[in-house]
Amino acid sequence: MSETRITPEVIAQHQLSTSEYQKILTLLGREPTLTELGIFGVMWSEHCSYKSSRIHLKKLPTESKRVLQGPGENAGIVDIGDGMAIAFKIESHNHPSFIEPFQGAATGVGGILRDIFTMGARPIAVMDSIRFGRPDDETTGARNRRLLEGVVSGIAHYGNCFGVPTVGGECVFEESYDGNPLVNVFALGVFRHDEVFYGKASGVGNPVIYVGAKTGRDGIHGASMASAEFTESSKQKRPNVQVGDPFTEKLLLEACLEAMRTGAIVGIQDMGAAGLTSSTCEMGSRAGTGVEIELSLVPQREAGMTPYEMMLSESQERMLLVAERGREDVVFGVFKKWGLDAVEIGRVTADGMLRVKQNGIVFAEIPNRALADEAPKYDRPRTRPLRTAPLNGPAVRRGNWGADLKTLLASGDVCSKRWIYEQYDHQVRTNTVAGPGAEAAVVRIKGTDTSIAMSLDGNGRYCALDPREGTKLLVAECCRNLSTVGALPIATTNNLNFGNPERPEIMAQIVESIEGLAEACRFFDVPVTGGNVSLYNETLGTPIFPTPVVGIVGTLPTSLPIGISFAKIGLRVLLLGGLGTADARELGGTQYAKVIHKSLWGVPPQLDMEYEKRVQAAIRELVRGGLVASAHDLSKGGLAVALAESSFGPENIGADIKLDSDLPPELLLFHEGPSRILVSTPNPEEVFRVANANGVHAIEIGVTLKARVTISNRGEVLLNERVDELKGLWNNSLEHLLHNSVAV
Amino acid sequence: MKIGVVVFPGSNCDHDAWHAFAETLRQDTVLLWHDSAALQGADLVVLPGGFSYGDYLRCGAIAKFSPVMGAVKKFAQEGGLVLGVCNGFQILTEAGLLPGALVRNAGLKFVCKTVPLEVATTDSPFTHRAVKGQTLALPVAHGEGCYIASEQVLDELEAGDRVAFRYRENPNGSMRNIAGILNRERNVMGLMPHPERAADPLMGGTDGLTIFESVLHAGVAASRA
Repeated sequence: MSETRITPEVIAQHQLSTSEYQKILTLLGREPTLTELGIFGVMWSEHCSYKSSRIHLKKLPTESKRVLQGPGENAGIVDIGDGMAIAFKIESHNHPSFIEPFQGAATGVGGILRDIFTMGARPIAVMDSIRFGRPDDETTGARNRRLLEGVVSGIAHYGNCFGVPTVGGECVFEESYDGNPLVNVFALGVFRHDEVFYGKASGVGNPVIYVGAKTGRDGIHGASMASAEFTESSKQKRPNVQVGDPFTEKLLLEACLEAMRTGAIVGIQDMGAAGLTSSTCEMGSRAGTGVEIELSLVPQREAGMTPYEMMLSESQERMLLVAERGREDVVFGVFKKWGLDAVEIGRVTADGMLRVKQNGIVFAEIPNRALADEAPKYDRPRTRPLRTAPLNGPAVRRGNWGADLKTLLASGDVCSKRWIYEQYDHQVRTNTVAGPGAEAAVVRIKGTDTSIAMSLDGNGRYCALDPREGTKLLVAECCRNLSTVGALPIATTNNLNFGNPERPEIMAQIVESIEGLAEACRFFDVPVTGGNVSLYNETLGTPIFPTPVVGIVGTLPTSLPIGISFAKIGLRVLLLGGLGTADARELGGTQYAKVIHKSLWGVPPQLDMEYEKRVQAAIRELVRGGLVASAHDLSKGGLAVALAESSFGPENIGADIKLDSDLPPELLLFHEGPSRILVSTPNPEEVFRVANANGVHAIEIGVTLKARVTISNRGEVLLNERVDELKGLWNNSLEHLLHNSVAV
Repeated sequence: MKIGVVVFPGSNCDHDAWHAFAETLRQDTVLLWHDSAALQGADLVVLPGGFSYGDYLRCGAIAKFSPVMGAVKKFAQEGGLVLGVCNGFQILTEAGLLPGALVRNAGLKFVCKTVPLEVATTDSPFTHRAVKGQTLALPVAHGEGCYIASEQVLDELEAGDRVAFRYRENPNGSMRNIAGILNRERNVMGLMPHPERAADPLMGGTDGLTIFESVLHAGVAASRA
């Protein structure tokens, strides 16, 4: 064999440090081959090993009586009753999506779907959290718009063809993501408890079977690319991005689930990052076994591939499974029916080694545990979290509040995301009780009386001001969204998007955020069952805002969903949780500060978790009891935006709101203090009763009426707008933002 | 009535159609695998939505060669009821069971939303329980749902009262707002909107049941005759 010599340059190219290379020498007791170096390079990359975050992730709560599988598997599993369970997880595809938005986003969807069905669950919902630079910026706008269009059509292409509904998500525009968009995809699947499969290579002598698409040279080094910053030369990494084939994935799904039902499969894992490498060594490591494979047997798309290339290929739509010896033919029969390759490429051994051969020659021989479990862990130095925003903002304005509301409703983060979600099939599989645009997405589980609610949230602005408090606010908001549709939050997944962890002020952001996540998830009893860490989100030395994205799921009895919008005139409008308090510093992270003041300052809104929990219990009781006609939590844009959005039903029913508050108008209308939910009801007494019983405030603030939104405080009219005008702005502005530069 | 739902590799609304007929309407419903020409005694064959064989070439272009489609053609020629939804409509035009073609949406993007449809004829087994001119709200979800045909074919369709549904708000640029059509014998219907997605109040509407209940009663009438 004539492989390249291992020089310091070659080691550096694999993004391994000198001390990491020394550790490899110790583990192997010899110099590695190039193939082995490549294998270590990907398995010990930040993307696969979590080496910078692992010691801090241990702080997260991971258990409850519902959690059947916590972090460490392909996806977390949570019991939902009736012998049923859900598997769900979030993954990032930030770096590939920047290099090639369509395929980057498409394969992001493909990857997370495989994580779900490799556990035996059928995917029933996808949500996506996407962030871009400003679409209207003079220099970067054109690129940002192109990235958005590419990412959205990539997600649509893959999810629509595969046949999974994209039921919700979020889309944010912020200067901070100008050179580094974020694409985080969440997927959720459902199965019975007895249908769960694990990625374990158990049973010495059992055959190791490769199924799905053929292996090509695409995606080599994807995992290590995702573990480095972007530079001017990153575009040259375009061949590192894989190409997705959702049709093959659909066949793979059906074939895998059918093969699992035969009882002949012992363990199964998808080939995600570092493809053959991660699937073989992780399955072996989990079972305490060895795995030996012969690469010449692997179905190949092109000729002449080296062991190095094959082990590092990230060709999509491939799975590795271990079958029961003697029952291989049952498995082969199923894959043949679905027209997919299924080939025995090796066997489970007793020696704990990953042994890779090509034409009988050994190219790699590494203990599985060394790759999967003995990756370096770093307690990286940290200082105070990076913060550039001032504490105090501009002086409070005397504004034209109606005009400000219109500007906010038309802004990228607040406006309707209809242009995006109409490109996604959000109904396939006929389970979507509440889809995009709802407070939280709700899918029913056929054959049971249970539905699953899910919400995905991030807020880089809050976290840039205070990563710990910002992250706690996210957890609170997600749980509030679920509670507002009547669901009890039960478990969390998270995607931590940050800059370079080798910078102490970034590492401090990461740790603060994780500790905030741990505290809030413990408090709200929503343990973390898995997730993803995406670091090195920097371009030319500028880091993104610290952007943890939290996905929380909950359960509720299946019934007709409660809506956001006012359904008829004459209903009483109440604010559960009260008006809240805020000062000028707490306005600094809001959408109002961003859109009207074009600035960021101060601190995030204050969260009282005890109070928040009681507000959530109260709204759940009100919604489940059918005591309110609509419910909408106050978040981006505060009270004024929530009122406007509640008016955007088919009948354009608005509200006449009379407030009695000491707060100056811009705080009163636009502050984003948590723990507040706007409801409409014919029976305000019931709302007061339930609020009292739960120890929270509720105030009656007005009545629904036709066609107008008016808000006054102590007799002074703050705004008085036509619903159809507000709705038109909110409904169409994303299209305008994207296309006014090309429209004639 | 026995209903057969065809499963092509890449069909993804097969289960939804099965669910509507088997669970909601309590009918004897079977799945028909693409590789078999046996229709298992079905009285109605449903070609569901999805991306048959990946639809990388042209929607429905490969599906028309499958063994099951040979059987479906024969079944249709003998007067059997065939309903093609979305990809199923595309396959029916490719297979020559319905005229015209479905091409890329005018907006060039996939579109998923509920749209109002006009029932353009009630003279068919699929629409006889509706009222002519009635509006049904049904979801669409397609990237290639723009119906095109020559002027002559369009005139023939209209003269023969073979336009089953028209969009009241055209989401894809279809000629003459056509959303669904019938063959000359009126036993084969294709439409882009998804009635199976509007068959349960939980999904936001039940207008799709008008079509399904028409077919079920057509079946009863036929078997009594």
